[in-house]
Parts: sequence; structure tokens; C-alpha cells
Amino acid sequence: MTITSGAATRTAEPRPTPPRPAGGPVPRRRRKRRLAPALRAVAIVIVVLAFIVPLGWMLMAAFKTNLDIVTPARTFDFSPTLNNFATVFGAQDFAPFIVNSIVVGIGATLIALLLGVPAAYGIARYRIRNATAFVLLARVIPGVSLLIPWYFLFSQVQLVGTYTALILTHIFVTMPLVVAIMTGFFEGLPVELEEAAQIDGSSRVGAFVRVVLPLALPGVATSAILSFIFSWNNFLFALVLSNQETRTLPVAISNFTSYASVDWGGLMAASVIITVPVMLVALFAQRYVVAGLTAGASKG
Amino acid sequence: MATTTPQQPRYAVPRPRRGSGLTSWADRHIKWLFTAPAIVFVAALIVFPIAYTVFLSFTDSASSVTRPFEFVGFENYARWLGDGERFWPAVARTAYFTVTALVIELGLGLAIALLLRKAFRGQSIVRVFILLPLVATPVAVGMMWLLIFEPSIGFANVLMKSLGLPPQLWLSGTDTALNTIIFIDVWQWTPMVVLILLAGLSTLPEEPDEAARVDGANAWQRFRHITLPLLMPTLGAAAILRAIDAMKTFDIIYATKGRTGGSNNEAETLNMLAYNESFGNSQYGSAAALLMLFLMFIVIILTALTILRSKGNRV
Repeated sequence: MTITSGAATRTAEPRPTPPRPAGGPVPRRRRKRRLAPALRAVAIVIVVLAFIVPLGWMLMAAFKTNLDIVTPARTFDFSPTLNNFATVFGAQDFAPFIVNSIVVGIGATLIALLLGVPAAYGIARYRIRNATAFVLLARVIPGVSLLIPWYFLFSQVQLVGTYTALILTHIFVTMPLVVAIMTGFFEGLPVELEEAAQIDGSSRVGAFVRVVLPLALPGVATSAILSFIFSWNNFLFALVLSNQETRTLPVAISNFTSYASVDWGGLMAASVIITVPVMLVALFAQRYVVAGLTAGASKG
Repeated sequence: MATTTPQQPRYAVPRPRRGSGLTSWADRHIKWLFTAPAIVFVAALIVFPIAYTVFLSFTDSASSVTRPFEFVGFENYARWLGDGERFWPAVARTAYFTVTALVIELGLGLAIALLLRKAFRGQSIVRVFILLPLVATPVAVGMMWLLIFEPSIGFANVLMKSLGLPPQLWLSGTDTALNTIIFIDVWQWTPMVVLILLAGLSTLPEEPDEAARVDGANAWQRFRHITLPLLMPTLGAAAILRAIDAMKTFDIIYATKGRTGGSNNEAETLNMLAYNESFGNSQYGSAAALLMLFLMFIVIILTALTILRSKGNRV
């Protein structure tokens, strides 16, 4: 109710309704004003449901037996089971894949921060023009056109199937993100602070480490969170460059359907295992995730 | 005065000594010191590989990375451009997929952003809900919709039946697969457009809108002549961002239709075709040529969008 009244007061506030033909319109407009917030609330609920219901469906199916999944009558009336998760961790042995995804994600994020944060600082402070174009280029290039030469290169040096190859290639996804987010962040920091530090006897590098970096921590957090999510979600590179042991979660899941009959319960349980962690991150770090996702866009 | 004097030596003394050391060298070259590692990485893992792909596109490299290959000139390119069975249909599908998804996502995204623009109770939780599809792993999203669109057991046909509509084959139908994948793309990526537009809307000045309201403009007029023109640059940025990703859609197509985009290649886009040619058929030279053509396709679409955008900004 507060939703509607809040919106209503805002729209109803001043507006000395200018020369309108007198008579009929006045009561109609008033009724419309009471109706509009209600309609808006309904529309918002519909939008939310459209985005949430499919995820809820996946979540429910993960806790159903395969028999319950194929029975429409059992949509909501089912006794939850953990069997699917037992299959995923037992027969499918998913635990190592989770470890792989975490290792590759953390590795790719850390290296991207190490390379990307100073680079972004250089770009922001010394106005390196072409850098932004380069970040955009990294977005435009189809991943497959890099995968072919990478595959050639990594085969020569026996790196196909290693964490090294996976981390190196995932940096292609994470570093542009870090540079894009951090450049914007550094541009927003006043130069005066660094200058003050330098006057106080600090070197430029020292000023960066002691003054700029602590101030940039929210930006670093944003890029770290987004880097990890993007690496975690990446499918294409690991599809080609991982092997049985280093396989990441998205590749492991895609193998579920290759069996003769699909184990829907297991597949949904596996999907829940891979999506729930990123969703929890999004839930708790919402502000950062939104800021990071829209950072690249505002520059276009 | 007394308070400042003790500070004098603090920066007057150590400075000259630093001038000769490593720190001073680092300070003088900080611009390149900071950017060089990233530049080296980019050169080694992006520029060189791209150059190598261009090189491969003129060769007959195939079957194994160690097999020697020969130059074949433009043969790979000529073969693709004359291929009416796989190449041109893939071009048409990529264009159809990108344009359709883009139009729907921008339209829906704009509507939802306007709907959520004014503050309301529960706003932050609604924004989190909208964020969820965006961060969900695309392969898992593909799997989720695979179950929902399953013709005999999926929720989609249960819903169709309860609405009195005929059941569909959805992802398994030759005619319906691509449109169903567009639906999935819209579900996952419209939130991206919403977030970008909400960020754009929050920076718009309120005065023009207020002025128009005082002058008696109705909601539609204010949207059409004030909000929309002011929002155009943001809308353009969102369009370009989404177009780039839509053209390269891979994960959900692979997850729902497999490597060849279905048994009749009904969902095979250029990116899928390039992947299948390289890592399915091991035809590296030919795949490299296809990727160059794909890159040209991307550049053409982006140029068109940029022109449209500059026109849109002027209106």
C-alpha cells in the first residue's frame, strides 16, 4: 500500500492542470490516478515473475525424482529428495569440477587485477586514448578466432588441458572488464590527493600504492567480483582447452545431455549447483555487480 | 610559521637521494611501467593470435595442428562465399537472431526501465530479481529452458494447454528452434538493457520534464519528446553492447541444440558454424577464413548501428 501512496503523491503534487476543456475530464483523471499505481504494481509483479519463475522451476526440479518431473500433476505436490544431488556428487563426481572452476576463476581474476589495475591507472592518468578502443575490440573479437591459434600454440608447448592454459585464456575475458571498470573509477578520483602525497615526499609509485589503491578498493572489489563471475560462467574456452581432469563446471554440465536418456533431475541439480553461487554473490554484492555491468556501457 | 618549518626538511632532504635510485626511474616511466605488462599480455594473447588466424585463413591447415600446410590463396574464402548450404543460411540466421533479439530486448528493456524508474517499496529486491538471469551461467540457463521447453514434459506446453493453445515443439522443432532460442536470449539479457537504461535515466535532468508537465504535456508526450531524446545516447550504447554479444551467442545454442545447431542445422549461426568447422571438423584453415568473414559481418552490423545511433541522437 505504501508503494502506491508514495507514487501517487509524487505524481499528484503540483500541476495546476492547464487549460483543459472543463467538465468530464476532471473526475476521469482523478480515477486514473488512483488506478495507475495499482496497474504499475501489477506490471512490476508480472515482470518479476517472468524472470523468477523459470529459475524457481529449475530449483524445484532439482529436488524432484525423475518420475515427479514428468508428471504435471506433481508440479507443486511432491516430496523433496536430495537424490539428484547425490547423483551429481556421486556417480558424476562433480566436486573436482567445482574445484577447477574456483581455481581458474581465482587465478584469472588475480592476474587480471595485477595487470589491469595499474594499466587502468596509467590509462586514466596519462590519457592513453587508444586503450578504450582496445577494450572494445576485445569484446568484439569472436572467441573462436582466438581459440584456433591458442590451440595451436598450447598444443606445441603441451599446455592443452592444464590450468595454465585455462587461466591465461580466461584473462582475455576478465582483464578488459577490470580495465574498463577501473579506468572509470580512477578518472573519478581527484588527482590532488596523489599530488599532496608526492609533495609530502612520496614517490609516484608510492602514492599509487598508499593513497590511490586504498581509495580504489570499492572499484577493485567490483572488478574482482565481476571477473570471477565471468570466468565462472565462461564455457567456450574450457570446452576446447580443458581435459577430463581440468574440466570446469559449464563443460561438465554440457556433457550431461550426451547420454541416451536425459537425467533431468541430475541435470537440474547440476545447474542449481553452478548458478546458485553466482546468484548469491549477486544478491549480497548487488551494488557492485550493477555498477560493474553498467560501467562499460556508459562509455559505449 | 612555526608549524610549517619542521615539515620543510621532510620532503626537501630525501628527494635528491631518490633521484638517483630505482624509484626515480620508476617514477619517470610510470606511464609505461604500469601499462606495459598488460600491453605485453594483450599482444601475446590477442594481437599475435589474430594475426595467426588471418595467416591460417589462406592455408589448407586441417586435421592436426602439427600437419604441414600449404598456401591456397583465397580458396577458403571463395568456397564459403559460394556455399549456399551452410554459410549463407548461417549468415541469415545470425542477422535474424541479432536484429530480432535486439529489437525485443531494447523495447522490453525500455518499458521495464520506465516502469521501475520511480522509487517504490521493495525496489531493491526487485532489482536483485532482475539481476539474477544476468549472472546465471548461460549453459545452465540453456539446460533449464531445455526442460521447460521439453515438448512432452515441459512447463511450456502445460501452459499452452491450459490456455487452450496447441502444444509446440519449441527447441526440438526445425521451424521453432531459433525463435525459442531468441526467447531465451531475451529472458537472459533484457535485464542488462534495463540496468543500463535505469543508470541512464537516473542521470537525466528533471527540469525539462517538469517544465513540460507545467506546460500541460501528457505522459506520452513527455516520454516521446523529452525522456526518449535525452535517453537516446544510453539506448544506443545498450544497443551496441547487446548487438556485439548477440551476434556471438554460443553457450545457449550449444547447450540446447548441440555443436551443429540441431540435426538440420536449424539453429546454426556463424559463430556455431565456425566452432564446428574448427573443433568439430578440424578444418582450421577453412574455419579461419570463415572467422574473418564473420568479423567483417560484425563490423558491418556495428557500423550500421553506429550510423543509426548518430542519426538517433540528432532527432
